[in-house]
Amino acid sequence: MAEKKQQVSRRQFLNYTLTGVGGFMAAGMLAPMVRFAIDPVLQASGSSDMKAVADMSELTNEPQRFDWTIEQVDAWYTSEVTKSAWVYLDENDEVVALSPVCKHLGCTINWAGSEDHPNQFFCPCHGGRYYKDGVNVPNTPPNAALDVYQKEVRDGKLYLGNAVAREEA
Amino acid sequence: MLQKVYDWIDDRVDITPLWRDIADHEVPEHVNPAHHFSAFVYCFGGLTFFVTVIQILSGMFLTMYYVPDIENAWRSVYYLQTEVAHGQIVRGMHHWGASVVIVMLFLHTLRVFFQGAYKKPRELNWMVGVLIFFVMLALGLTGYLLPWDNKAYFATVVTLNIAGDVPLIGEMTKTLLGGDPTIVGAQTLTRFFAIHVFFLPAALFVLMGIHFIMIRKQGISGPL
Repeated sequence: MAEKKQQVSRRQFLNYTLTGVGGFMAAGMLAPMVRFAIDPVLQASGSSDMKAVADMSELTNEPQRFDWTIEQVDAWYTSEVTKSAWVYLDENDEVVALSPVCKHLGCTINWAGSEDHPNQFFCPCHGGRYYKDGVNVPNTPPNAALDVYQKEVRDGKLYLGNAVAREEA
Repeated sequence: MLQKVYDWIDDRVDITPLWRDIADHEVPEHVNPAHHFSAFVYCFGGLTFFVTVIQILSGMFLTMYYVPDIENAWRSVYYLQTEVAHGQIVRGMHHWGASVVIVMLFLHTLRVFFQGAYKKPRELNWMVGVLIFFVMLALGLTGYLLPWDNKAYFATVVTLNIAGDVPLIGEMTKTLLGGDPTIVGAQTLTRFFAIHVFFLPAALFVLMGIHFIMIRKQGISGPL
């Protein structure tokens, strides 16, 4: 017999076998549970329908807040949720519809929310500010411009969908 | 690498005796199925523990979706069964495991009984084992209500009425368990949830700890 050859001892063999079988059983037990737990992360986000928000005739050059409701399905709970947008017409009479969610930490911004800055969006939580076009004012907390709603104009009405982050300029 | 990490920790806090004491001990020949196949009857206690571990794990994961509220309990269970990946498997493990654990517990009890392994000096451990059996039955009973479907509801109506038939303290016990003298509803569900998920498992862990410590202290009973 080849005495020099590295032999697997009986003890080692049993150790490997036990570890392998045990690991297989543990994996079989835990795999469904882990997949079950991480399901929300792997869920594809659904696209939302466009909703009529305002008549085009209502829009001015001054940002106005428009509210509308959507049906939100939250697992086993379905509810009506109010969404809002700050909408105005820019110098080319193009519709601009901005999300009211501050890009700093998610509070709700207001147009002319601060007396000191009447021509800016203002976030009351940490004093974040944005210019009229939604671009964040440098040296205030937010580090990105406000999200823009997907928009569509049909039959003199403005339809809005999801708020989308704009690409970094 | 792993060895190095182990050594580093062991060097400082000396963990080897800890696990040695738990995992590394002689198994007598008469309880080793490799020597006598009939020794497989000694596995039932360990199998009970194994299924209990499955119950604890699957139960922990189920509470990620389940809500103990009369409006949403059934809907959350329906959601995790139909919409969440592997929801049927995880709830299935908990559902079937609940029955399997009772079966294993019963077989383990039979083995101890017919081998006379409960006799002196192991009477105390038999008593603790009986308490574990009661806790397991209570876990099965309280868990039965949680899906809040018709079967669960009426099983609990019956349970509470049985509790109400106890002489003298019956009505009090019924109210204590159900949260209301007459209504089987919101408070019943939250109470059963709390008992199922916190109180009984806590009792179970303590009892199992005592059960295992006593086995190590007294050793396994000798051959027949």
